[in-house]
Amino acid sequence: MKISQLIKIALSSVWNNKMRSFLTMLGIIIGISSVTILVGMGEGTQKQISDQIENLGTNLITVSITGNRTTTITDEDLNELKAKPGIKEIAPEISTGNVNIKSKSKSSTTTLEASTPEYAEIRKLAVQSGRFIKRMDVDNRFNVLVIGPETAQNIFGNTNVVGNTMYVNGIEFTVVGVLKSEGTSTTGSSDDRIIIPLSTGERLMKTAKAQTFYVEAESKDKVDEAMSYLELFLNKKFKIRNSGSDSTVTNSYYRVMSQTSILDTANSTTKSMTSMLAGIAAISLIVGGIGIMNIMLVSVAERTREIGIRKAIGAKKRNILMQFLIESAGISGFGGIMGVLLGYIGAYFGEHVFGTAIIIPSNIVIEAFVFSMVVGIIFGIYPANKASNLNPIDALRFE
Amino acid sequence: MTEDRSGREIIKMNGIEKVYKTGEVSFKALSSVDLIIQKGEYVAIIGPSGAGKSTLMNIIGCLDKPTKGEYILDGMDTNCSDNLLAEIRNKKIGFIFQNYNLLPKSNILENVELPLLYLGYTQKRARKRAEHAIEKVGLKSHIKHRPCELSGGQMQRVAIARALVTGPQIILADEPTGALDSKAGEEVLEMLSDLNNEGNTIIMITHDSKIASRAKRMITIMDGMIKSDLSNGVKS
Repeated sequence: MKISQLIKIALSSVWNNKMRSFLTMLGIIIGISSVTILVGMGEGTQKQISDQIENLGTNLITVSITGNRTTTITDEDLNELKAKPGIKEIAPEISTGNVNIKSKSKSSTTTLEASTPEYAEIRKLAVQSGRFIKRMDVDNRFNVLVIGPETAQNIFGNTNVVGNTMYVNGIEFTVVGVLKSEGTSTTGSSDDRIIIPLSTGERLMKTAKAQTFYVEAESKDKVDEAMSYLELFLNKKFKIRNSGSDSTVTNSYYRVMSQTSILDTANSTTKSMTSMLAGIAAISLIVGGIGIMNIMLVSVAERTREIGIRKAIGAKKRNILMQFLIESAGISGFGGIMGVLLGYIGAYFGEHVFGTAIIIPSNIVIEAFVFSMVVGIIFGIYPANKASNLNPIDALRFE
Repeated sequence: MTEDRSGREIIKMNGIEKVYKTGEVSFKALSSVDLIIQKGEYVAIIGPSGAGKSTLMNIIGCLDKPTKGEYILDGMDTNCSDNLLAEIRNKKIGFIFQNYNLLPKSNILENVELPLLYLGYTQKRARKRAEHAIEKVGLKSHIKHRPCELSGGQMQRVAIARALVTGPQIILADEPTGALDSKAGEEVLEMLSDLNNEGNTIIMITHDSKIASRAKRMITIMDGMIKSDLSNGVKS
């Protein structure tokens, strides 16, 4: 018998029992749609995180001096490092997550960063009005600040605030620039911050020296080279003998991390989380498969006579086997398609109603379909085999 | 596959025995049946219920295998694989059952073309042949109807069309008029006679000697054995 005719016979029997077929599909529909949505959520989160990290610049290297040490990096050191091949810019940074800010009318709390003019380029910051911190601000320890648009909105009510005065932990500052909006992200708003000159920050927070340094490599390819110079320099500085060969160097004195290594860590975290969630959802597919097997067994019992007739007029074992396998694969495959569609609908609502980032990868449509077909075939084997092994006389006598 | 048409023996049975076993108890349904049926014969197999005629029919129709003995159908030994038996049923035997055994969810055309599809015909060729067979039994106008929309007589004519469609060597009718009123039964019997006159070999199982008398040869079965074998009323 031609396979197209078997498909026709099998599908017409699915169609003849619409309600039952649909209920059987439901397990697969729910399984596939939840896998689709969860994978989409994982994919969306991953994209969001890597976008954020990439926005910071793939050339970016972060150096943190750990622990309270007397040895620190001086301005001379910075100049020396800047001259090393591969390194383009260095900006020290002092930051704190919680400072009180106040205008004439309103007060709030925000994040404070203190740095040098190079910080703007390294961290890809731009002003929408006014200017960024300048060398003279740092040299003269001026009380000036650059404000994030959200912070400006919070305490002034608008973003047209260049020249205004405000108070940071009770000390008066003049606003010299307003940052461009970068939008919100999972780690909070990067528009809610103030940036002040490094020297002013040292005094404000009573910190001796910066312990975080942002280094910009000349290009993405030069990141590794720049990192090894940094490590070499820091090892000499802290009198460490052996140096790590890893891209992320960690010891008790300092830590050098490239953006790519941060990105890799973040990606692997979200990936393992996604596959774990998808795995849990996949269990429902197995349950759905058992549902298919159950219904197929009922169907075989119910259609014993039909099987007997088919065998009497010349159906071979494999014809019957294929008919029932195609039927169960058809039910689950169609359920898979509906599941993907439901997944898309769920993703649409998730994005527009709850604001969750969901990206459904296009290959999952094929994968879900194939996977659900496979579930149908695996769980269809036993009932189909049972049907094909029926004895024609017994099957014909069956009432 | 060796075709041996010498003597035009369609059916040749030698010492056929069938034993049913249920647990410890075994029951001999057929014992040493020897039977030869020539091409073009119209044979009635008659006997009371429990005599073994259904068992004999199942074996003739290759739905069941004998426990012992040799059965040559159209020159082929039927002691073969299930797959080959399915092929034999498909090509060489046309079944007509008492309760019609049509597929209730398929229409008349689909029912009749099904054996051809199992034979490997394309949809188009199968359709053409099936339409021809349906026309022959006079149901061309009902081609798209489902079996449940037809009368018993009409359903049995559909079953005849389905039995004929592959051009089988034997038409095997099991109580073909058993579920029909006398008028519809008469129509079916006439159709079988016509088919025999066209050269088809027909084997009919019945318990009714009046119906059996329509055949040209009458084999009586009793207690699993052939008791008498009469051709046109003459003992052969």
